[in-house]
Amino acid sequence: MTAPPGKAPSDAPPTATAPEAIKAIPVRHYGRYVSAVVVIGLLLLIVKAFAEADLTWGSVGEFFFNDQIMEGVKNTLVVSVLSMLMGLVLGIVLAVMRMSKNPVTNSVAWGYIWFFRGTPVYVQLLLWFNLALIFPTLNLGPIYKDEMTDVMTPFMAALLGLGLNEAAYMAEICRAGIQSVDEGQTEASQALGMTNAQNMRRIVLPQAMRVIVPPTGNEFINLLKTSALCAVVQYEEVLRKSQNIGNTSSAVVEMLFVATLWFLVITTVFSIGQYYLERHYARGSSRQLPATPWQRARQLVFTFRRGTGAGSGAGGGAA
Amino acid sequence: MNAMVKAEAVHKSFGPVEVLKGIDLEVAPREVFCIVGPSGSGKSTFLRCINHLEKINAGRLYVDGTLVGYREHGNKLYELRDREVAAQRRDIGMVFQRFNLFPHMTAVENVMEAPVLVKGETKAKAQKSARALLDRVGLGEKCDSYPAQLSGGQQQRVAIARALAMEPKLMLFDEPTSALDPELVGEVLDVMRDLAQDGMTMVVVTHEMGFAREVGDSLVFMDDGVVVESGNPRDVLNNPQHERTKSFLSKVL
Repeated sequence: MTAPPGKAPSDAPPTATAPEAIKAIPVRHYGRYVSAVVVIGLLLLIVKAFAEADLTWGSVGEFFFNDQIMEGVKNTLVVSVLSMLMGLVLGIVLAVMRMSKNPVTNSVAWGYIWFFRGTPVYVQLLLWFNLALIFPTLNLGPIYKDEMTDVMTPFMAALLGLGLNEAAYMAEICRAGIQSVDEGQTEASQALGMTNAQNMRRIVLPQAMRVIVPPTGNEFINLLKTSALCAVVQYEEVLRKSQNIGNTSSAVVEMLFVATLWFLVITTVFSIGQYYLERHYARGSSRQLPATPWQRARQLVFTFRRGTGAGSGAGGGAA
Repeated sequence: MNAMVKAEAVHKSFGPVEVLKGIDLEVAPREVFCIVGPSGSGKSTFLRCINHLEKINAGRLYVDGTLVGYREHGNKLYELRDREVAAQRRDIGMVFQRFNLFPHMTAVENVMEAPVLVKGETKAKAQKSARALLDRVGLGEKCDSYPAQLSGGQQQRVAIARALAMEPKLMLFDEPTSALDPELVGEVLDVMRDLAQDGMTMVVVTHEMGFAREVGDSLVFMDDGVVVESGNPRDVLNNPQHERTKSFLSKVL
């Protein structure tokens, strides 16, 4: 069945030390050709539909860097980053409370997570925004007193709504990360005379990060997208800004495309950052760190120049 | 001479299960003290009580004349704070069955971590002595490798160097060769033999009867939470007196 095509091997010199490399005719996968054609055909249909649609593609480009839109992008980034920071700090505190032996702190943390994970962010945002209806003044005793409507600006409502909700999720992620570290690690550091705080900071957390970072990156990207809901509390993030322009210029869908593209740009940038962060915390857990895209590109060029099909197996060493 | 480790009627229970049922023993300074026995006999638990990784329920345990984990005042016992327990443990090195190296640090970082963090040594000084220690256990070449890049025997030797970096007066070994491939056991035992010759006080929980016989100064056989038999390793291993010891040794030798 696998008779070599072409010349018989007998006219090779008899000093055959290694057997001849196999040159078999590969199996043809006709199904792959068919499915590729079908998928490309469907894609072309979609492209055709959009090309023929009643859309002014020019306005997408025209408004992409519009001042109002840029303001909206900035606001989206500000509220997302700040609520993520809030979620992270509060989440770590809640995770520590949740793991403590004190039944009071433990159950308070449990209750917090239960409430904020169990209700929609949309409802939470509306609750914060309308807080002035039930508490007309914010009275913190001798420290602070003000009208609630002055305190609960759209920005504050957005920040509290997103940040407090995020904290509940981050708490669970941090707890899972810390608990994923082998108990032997803590025993070893205790046996060396480290205190609990030193053990947490130097031994447990750096290892927990490997488990914490990937879902946290996902959380952040989710949060970026969820921030579009802040339009409901009058917060001028990129979607609301786009809709403002869309409603006045009758380029409704075009402006939605602008918002869509901006979200794609932001999430792509942060995904790349996440890749490098994960790589950093993978130190010591795998024998060879995965190559960065840059290293892979260089390696590819290098293999082409040498003209050997070395494949993409070996990665570039540690940076 | 003061005993390095002194146990008086040490009891330990995990919930309703009594693991140690009154252990009395003394380890002299510069002695290699071996503990053997079937699994579940409480030997590892006893070892972990010596540096207070486990709290004892009754009895007294002294290391170098100091009560472990408690302060006795009048006739009351006070639990020590986290920080005080940590200070007691600085002088007691421990080597685990599963190595427990810090995977996110290289070999030399593993060894220098505690001297820098706990004793406040400068990084330069700690690194110099860490490299010397790794050299001593035969791993001078592997200083910059991560634990995942080392064999089991090499990892355990790094773990020994890590414990030695704190300049302990007592070393505890919890079945240090049980997780190793048979051909890697020798390299770890060699390091321990050198350590014994240098006069380190060592308490070794082990299944390596050859090591116990050759290097050990004393040996106890534990079963079901009590010391069944004790004495010179050669006497106990060659000529056991109790039925339980005889049947155990006939299975492992």
